[in-house]
Formats: sequence, structure tokens, C-alpha cells
Amino acid sequence: MLELQSLNKYYNPGTVNEMCLFRDFNLQIPDHEFVAVVGSNGSGKTSMLNLICGSIPLDGGKIVANGRDISNLPDYKRNKRIGRVYQNPALGTCPNMTILENMSLADNKGGRFNLRRGTNKARISYYKELLQSLNLGLEEKLHVKVGSLSGGQRQAMALLMCTMSEIEFLILDEHTAALDPKTADRIMELTDEIVKKKKLTTIMVTHNLRYAVEYGSRILMMHEGNIILDKAGEEKKSLSTNELLDRFTHISIECGN
Amino acid sequence: MTILLGILEEGFVYAIMALGVYITYKILDFPDLSVDGTFPLGGAVAASLLCKGMNPWLTLIVSFLAGAIAGIGTGLIHVKLKVRDLLSGIIMMTALYSVNLKIAGKANLPIFSRETIFENEWLESFLPEGAKRYVTVMFLFLILLAGKLALDAYLKTRSGYLLRAAGDNEILVTSLAKDKGFVKITGLAIANAFAALAGCVYVQMNGFFEISTGTGTIVIGLASVIIGTSLFKNVSFIKPTTAVIAGSLLYKWCVSRAIRFGLPSNDLKLVTSVLFLIILVFSERKRRGKKNA
Repeated sequence: MLELQSLNKYYNPGTVNEMCLFRDFNLQIPDHEFVAVVGSNGSGKTSMLNLICGSIPLDGGKIVANGRDISNLPDYKRNKRIGRVYQNPALGTCPNMTILENMSLADNKGGRFNLRRGTNKARISYYKELLQSLNLGLEEKLHVKVGSLSGGQRQAMALLMCTMSEIEFLILDEHTAALDPKTADRIMELTDEIVKKKKLTTIMVTHNLRYAVEYGSRILMMHEGNIILDKAGEEKKSLSTNELLDRFTHISIECGN
Repeated sequence: MTILLGILEEGFVYAIMALGVYITYKILDFPDLSVDGTFPLGGAVAASLLCKGMNPWLTLIVSFLAGAIAGIGTGLIHVKLKVRDLLSGIIMMTALYSVNLKIAGKANLPIFSRETIFENEWLESFLPEGAKRYVTVMFLFLILLAGKLALDAYLKTRSGYLLRAAGDNEILVTSLAKDKGFVKITGLAIANAFAALAGCVYVQMNGFFEISTGTGTIVIGLASVIIGTSLFKNVSFIKPTTAVIAGSLLYKWCVSRAIRFGLPSNDLKLVTSVLFLIILVFSERKRRGKKNA
């Protein structure tokens, strides 16, 4: 269970450009829910993710994960239980390290980074198995630097890497936005497989309304720091892409873009 | 022969320091100027301890640790006080100038009469007269080799992986639930420990400590790293650490050529930086040329 309790977030406080994004923002996400978040640019989707992960400071309120207040934990400590995939495929991997080295790093998340051997040879066959599940032939390229892979391949690796360790929450920040439609579909299918297999509680920000309807078990639409639509369960099942699009157009006209 | 020996000796000493610069500049992408202070720091520590009669081999360890502490200082200034990387190094380098003077007691401290790792009773007792001129270069090579192998081994550990990740993609380090600041501090500690070790050896080789020896250390280190890594970029079986050592030797050879062309030794630092500039410009051109092609 992830709870956001009366969050406040201001940008540029104390200047003429002061902007209040969240005022008394509340959200509860039960375990194993797949929340798809849609909304126009500047609606606060990514800011919400950043607040959860601790990438930006919170101005008020509490973030509670499984009953534990994590609002004052630094970002890296929160990440023990959180996996995040970014829009930019380069952010989830180390370009100058090989596929094997990247997998080894990810495998060791939550453990101690001490003077033991970086790559555990006994685990290589397991890494190969994981990579094979991607169907991208990466298991044959263990000693290739990740920087020479395509964006889609890197994003697939990033997804694999951040879900390798025991995490509870998966944060997807427009993780298919930088990919071509076919690769995006493939990554989305993979995401769904992993989420189901590992029973992760997931928050996915996306601009692709079809993905939101198809994969989300709950849909949120955000606008100017507020949740203006929240459908889960039966209500969500009856929601179609077109209805969502109508609602989306409506708010876009309101603010004149 | 004497000239070649001189190049090898100087090249090996500075290569030890360049291994440290390789960590900060290439792996962490952190332009760390503190080595200008930690190189003489190692020297000051060695000279003052040798004067107190400490075992010369022990001074290597003490200098190494002193350098690590200074590196941690630079790291703390950068990470905890949020000072920019370049400025943190400058602050530490400047502060160390006074610290070094305090440790050594004066700007010039000779240790000619003291035992060093290159000249001591134990060595005198069994070495034939003819071998003596090669003792220094041999020991330097062994120390350098030990440092290089240790560094290679470290970079293959989990901690070493994390260090490489920190320079490659900071965000991933955070994603791995590790404090990237701590990783940077570790890297700076190791790098400056190497620089101080080099300084310690340098003083024992020359027989005196001189406060100004540190000036321009970073330039020599950077030049070695850049020459080495760009020369052997496409040779995959040569480890970057080996390339850095080759770079250091090559650089010292270039400088000695320039001096032998008749430039007065007062111009040494000028030669050092002009050479570095040439190398920078050329390696940059090479890189761009490849991008356009």
C-alpha cells in the first residue's frame, strides 16, 4: 500500500514565478494495483513520481509505504523497495559497462557493494535466462557494452534490471515514449508480464491512452495538480479509449492548447 | 642510457599518480585538482617521517593513507557542502600547501643522509656495485606494478563496479539504492592515495622534499591519461591502466626530448603545459574527426 497524504509542492517559492502544483494532494494505491496515470503536460504526473521517489523535495504532507513514513528518507534509501524506469533509455543502464556487468550490478541491488567479485560466475546462466525472456538476442552479447545497443534494447534491459531485485513498487515514467510503436508494444507486453509475475504495485505515467486502458487496473487522469478522473474495477472496465480521449480533449480546450 | 633510465624513473613515479588521475578523470568524470596538493603531501609525510627514523617502506603506507584522507576531504567538500567539483579540488590543493609546509617544517627538507627504500644498509649488504644504478628503476617498477594490479583487481569487485557506474550514470547508482556521494568520496580517496604514494616515492628517489614539486602534477597526470587512453583506445586487450602507464612514459619522453633540444630547465613547466595543450587539441580533433566520418 502506497499512500500520499495531503502533499504540498511549490515551484520557485518566494519569487514572482511561484507556482503551487499540489495542494492537499491525496492518493492511495493498494497492493498489486496497476495504476495508469494520464494527463497533459504540466499536470504533475512526473512531479508525483519524483516526489514518491524522493528526487525532488516535498513541501508538506506525508508519503507512506506499507505503513512506514518515507517522506524524510533520502532518494537512494527509498529505492531499495522501488524500481523506476525512465523515459530516456540511457538512464536505466551504464553505457560504458557490458551487459553482463550491468546485470551483475542490478543483481546486487539491496546487497553490499564490497570487495567481493563483481560478477558472480554462478549467476551467469540465470542472467542469460532472464535476457532470453526478452527475445532480443541479448544473451549472446554478454560482453558487449550497453552503449552500443538500440534504445529499445536498452529500455528492455533497464526494465529487467530494475525488477531483478526484491522490489515492491514499480514506477514507470513514460517508459515507452522514446521508442518506435512496435518496440513500445513489445516493452509494454514485457512490463505486463513482469508486473504480473512479480505481483508488483505499479504506477505508470503514459501519454498512450490505449496502454492506459489496456494494461492499467486503475486509471487516473491528472490536470493542474488534481486528479480529475479515477476509475478502478468495474468502472474502469467499462471505460474505453475514446471516452478517455474525450475527457482529455475537454481539459485541453479548457486551458487553451 | 642515463637518459633512458631517467625517463623510466620519472615516468614510473608519475604513472603511479596518473593511475589515481585515471580514476577521477576517466572513471568518475571528476576533474580533481587536489592531486597538486596530495602529491607533495605524500612527499612531506615521507620526508618528515624518514627524518624521524621511520622504516622507509612504512612511509609508503602512511603517505598512502594521508592521501586518502585528503581525498576524502575533497569529496566531503564537494558532496556534503555542495561545492562544484573543480572548486573543491582547488580549495583542498591550496589548503594542502600550508599543511605540507607544516608537516615538513620548511619548504625544502633534504633526506640525503637517511635510509630510503632505494638506498639502505640491507640493500648495500648484498647488491653488487654495478646493479646499484638499476635499483631505483626496478623498485619503482615493482611498486607501480603492485598499484596497477591492485587497481585492476579493485575495478572488478562489486565496489569497483559501483565506482564505474557512478561515473557512467549517477542515476543508476541511486536506483541501486546506493548513495552516489559516498561512491564519489571513495573514488577520490583512492585517487589521492595513489598521488600521495607517488609523491612519497618521488621524494625518496630525489633525496629531498621541495614544496613546489606539486605544481603541475595534475597536468602531467591528465596528459598521461589522455595520451594513454586515446592511443590504445581501439586495442581491446590492453587494459586502460596499462595504457595510462604507457602514456606517462611517453609524456616524460616528450618532455625530455624538448629539454634536450636546448630549452633551459626553467622552462620545464611551460613545456609541460604546452605539450599538454597540443595533446588535448589533437585528441579532441581525432574524436571529432571520427564523429563526422
